[in-house]
Amino acid sequence: MSEQKNPGGSGENGRDGQEEAVPAQREDTGEVIGTRRGMFGADNGGDTSGYGGLVRTVRLPGESSRPYGGPAGTEGHGEFDEIADELEGALDEQGLVPGNVIEKTVVDRAELTFHIERGALPAVARILRDDPALRFELCTGVSGVHFPGDKGRELHAVYHLRSITHNRLIRLEVGVPDADPHVPSLVDVYPTNDWHERETYDFFGIVFDGHPALTRIMMPDDWQGFPQRKDYPLGGIPVEYKGARIPAPDQRRSYS
Amino acid sequence: MTTAPHSHSSDGPRTASDFDTEPSPARETTEGTVYNVSGGDWDEIAAAAVKSDDERIIVNMGPQHPSTHGVLRLILEIDGETVTEARCGIGYLHTGIEKNLEFRTWTQGTTFVTRMDYLTPFFNETAYCLAVEKLLGITADIPDRASVIRVMLMELNRMSSHLVAIATGGMELGATTIMIYGFRDRELILDIYELITGLRMNHAYIRPGGLAQDLPPGAVDQVREFVKKMRKNIGEYDKLATGNPVFKGRMEGIGYLDLAGCMATGATGPIVRSAGLPHDLRKTQPYCGYEDYDFEVPTADTCDSYGRFLIRLEEMRQSLRIVEQCLDRLAPGPVMVADKKIAWPAQLALGPDGLGNSLDHIKKIMGTSMEALIHHFKLVTEGFRVPPGQTYAAVESPKGELGVHAVSDGGTRPYRVHFRDPSFTNLQAMAAMCEGGQVADVIVAVASIDPVMGGVDR
Amino acid sequence: MGLEEKLPSGFLLTTVEQAAGWVRKSSVFPATFGLACCAIEMMTTGAGRYDLARFGMEVFRGSPRQADLMIVAGRVSQKMAPVLRQVYDQMPDPKWVISMGVCASSGGMFNNYAIVQGVDHIVPVDIYLPGCPPRPEMLMDAILKLHQKIQNTKLGVNQEQAAREAEEAALKALPLIEMKGLLR
Repeated sequence: MSEQKNPGGSGENGRDGQEEAVPAQREDTGEVIGTRRGMFGADNGGDTSGYGGLVRTVRLPGESSRPYGGPAGTEGHGEFDEIADELEGALDEQGLVPGNVIEKTVVDRAELTFHIERGALPAVARILRDDPALRFELCTGVSGVHFPGDKGRELHAVYHLRSITHNRLIRLEVGVPDADPHVPSLVDVYPTNDWHERETYDFFGIVFDGHPALTRIMMPDDWQGFPQRKDYPLGGIPVEYKGARIPAPDQRRSYS
Repeated sequence: MTTAPHSHSSDGPRTASDFDTEPSPARETTEGTVYNVSGGDWDEIAAAAVKSDDERIIVNMGPQHPSTHGVLRLILEIDGETVTEARCGIGYLHTGIEKNLEFRTWTQGTTFVTRMDYLTPFFNETAYCLAVEKLLGITADIPDRASVIRVMLMELNRMSSHLVAIATGGMELGATTIMIYGFRDRELILDIYELITGLRMNHAYIRPGGLAQDLPPGAVDQVREFVKKMRKNIGEYDKLATGNPVFKGRMEGIGYLDLAGCMATGATGPIVRSAGLPHDLRKTQPYCGYEDYDFEVPTADTCDSYGRFLIRLEEMRQSLRIVEQCLDRLAPGPVMVADKKIAWPAQLALGPDGLGNSLDHIKKIMGTSMEALIHHFKLVTEGFRVPPGQTYAAVESPKGELGVHAVSDGGTRPYRVHFRDPSFTNLQAMAAMCEGGQVADVIVAVASIDPVMGGVDR
Repeated sequence: MGLEEKLPSGFLLTTVEQAAGWVRKSSVFPATFGLACCAIEMMTTGAGRYDLARFGMEVFRGSPRQADLMIVAGRVSQKMAPVLRQVYDQMPDPKWVISMGVCASSGGMFNNYAIVQGVDHIVPVDIYLPGCPPRPEMLMDAILKLHQKIQNTKLGVNQEQAAREAEEAALKALPLIEMKGLLR
């Protein structure tokens, strides 16, 4: 039903009209990671809620351009530009082309994110750790995020690096396709990532090549599937209480 | 039965001299040829085991063992009394909280995160709320009073967490007196929590945008009373443990991890400070207005369990200082952001049934304003929308850097929340601390890390 | 269990029941089965202010073979479930189980893939104790109720009859989904 009401590109037009009503949509730029239709999670069959025509494109903040500014919302040339300059210079020294290694740079909410080409991740991490002007000594682990709608890079591995010397924090992000979920391991550079990578493998199925013992860490060894992916059900059971049956949280109606 | 035990098969291309042991003997039975197969390897191993005089034993401690914090499983390979290899088995308390969060609104998330590391509920809540506020872009709008109360509760929480660390650590050494002392003083703090939040543990009191409700009457007086009492009580730990030769003898030089080891394993909190680095996020990346408070970051240069014990004790003293400053700083004002699209409309006064809203409030919204009722309903059931993007917020929990990586897709529910729990990361240092030491020292080393399995496994 | 099973019914047995119950309830040894938040409250119950020693129960046994009460304090994960059952099997009879907190009793708020939805899927439970976590007073109340239950435990033929009656009552009981009103 919703398809008939809302053919083709009218989604974009409809979106413009909802600019006021949907505060989440800040701008049209950015990386599209999915589309949401309707409401209450009614996507199987007729939507009688009256929201069937609602189509929203989900966009994450997109690529930023120079100058990047700094962590305290600095305008113009700031700390983030220094980090980017140093990193690009160091990559040049190593014979890597910064434009190929750094897919894009995002500055959002006063935080700097480098999207790294996965093959170059260990080299980048080593530079970030060892270069005297960068010195990100502490890695706070890896966090997986699953974007089923982000075709070709469904699985993201997100690293946060902290420099105690310079008191800075940056984020590295690597996107890999679901069909080939391989990311080089950073255990050689940051041994602390040992358990973090095992955890991300356990929950998201991202395979960290070069990890010394990539096994499940949280779930039992014989567990099937990767529980924190979006396509893995929550696994709740309905609750029966006083003559009513309440479905598990992932089976309930929800605002999307 | 009649075949000779060492009859060799005659036509094999390889001879017996190719093997260290005899090849398989065969015999004819009515069912056909039967071979007695014995692999050469096993015989070698058995022979080596007989010859060797070392006692290489693998000991499983846990997951249900009284002196491992919670359900931690330690796999130790020991040679006599020496630990040659140590590994951790975790995941016995994995609760799937991060997944559960994705099916609730952003506000309901605090109810879940408070149960992660159950000894530091306010730190979990604050870290989560700071992340959500950063995503919403309202960090600067949080009322001062809310920030001051957050800091006060966090510092009280730091004390209660350190008290449990010292108490259970002492109990694991066999010093049950310290355990009784620790839990006695913790009760005083839990009484304050109960007065302020209504619960002893698992509060969900700190909410995105501020606090669930203001301090109840009498709370400030009780906290002042507590500070006075606690100043006296902390001295008792000094008298009992600091400098106590038995206590020192058990802890000095045990669980050694120097600064390079800390950086490599990502250990933070008292562990990195016991290696001499005064790294504390309250000083380096202040949040909730910590830059305005006067306190010191204690360090030690011993890199061992005893140093960590002294640091915890000193941090409790510093926390008392901060709590006093909070009390002086408390000025009347709102405890929730002014934005009515985020703040819950009710002040959540307690109803006659002990739950929910006050009757006055319900009468007002039901009787006077239909729109207010709709707004209330939408905000509570649907929740507010958070602009898409991701952020990382970190606080200095009693155990180290507690980081929250929150991702929003613009919906009313978190898309992904990942907790970088300090217990999880610090526990990796266990192997480095224990290998080469004695079995009895493993317990001391683990106690000095102070892992809480709720935080490790989430 | 032992000799008491062979005793005849009647006056003698009821007296023996009372005596055995009294002896058993007065020295219950809990096994430490602290899992999560509830374990902290369980430790608090044993410590100074609440002082479980008043009921002869302050000695938590590290070894299940020396314990006869298992207080399952906290959420039981799928990975922990086999361990829990093994610890229970290692306890000597007679043994009792308190399911402390909502997570152990029903899964509580963690209705998901990782948590066993109620420890009664794995071991028989004598007392369900709600709360998240229950206060120490609530745990003590549960323990006192369990003491009553232990005191009134039947032996021998009386026990068989009690078990038969309990089963008949359970067969007649409405399933939870069909119950209406206050569940009392």
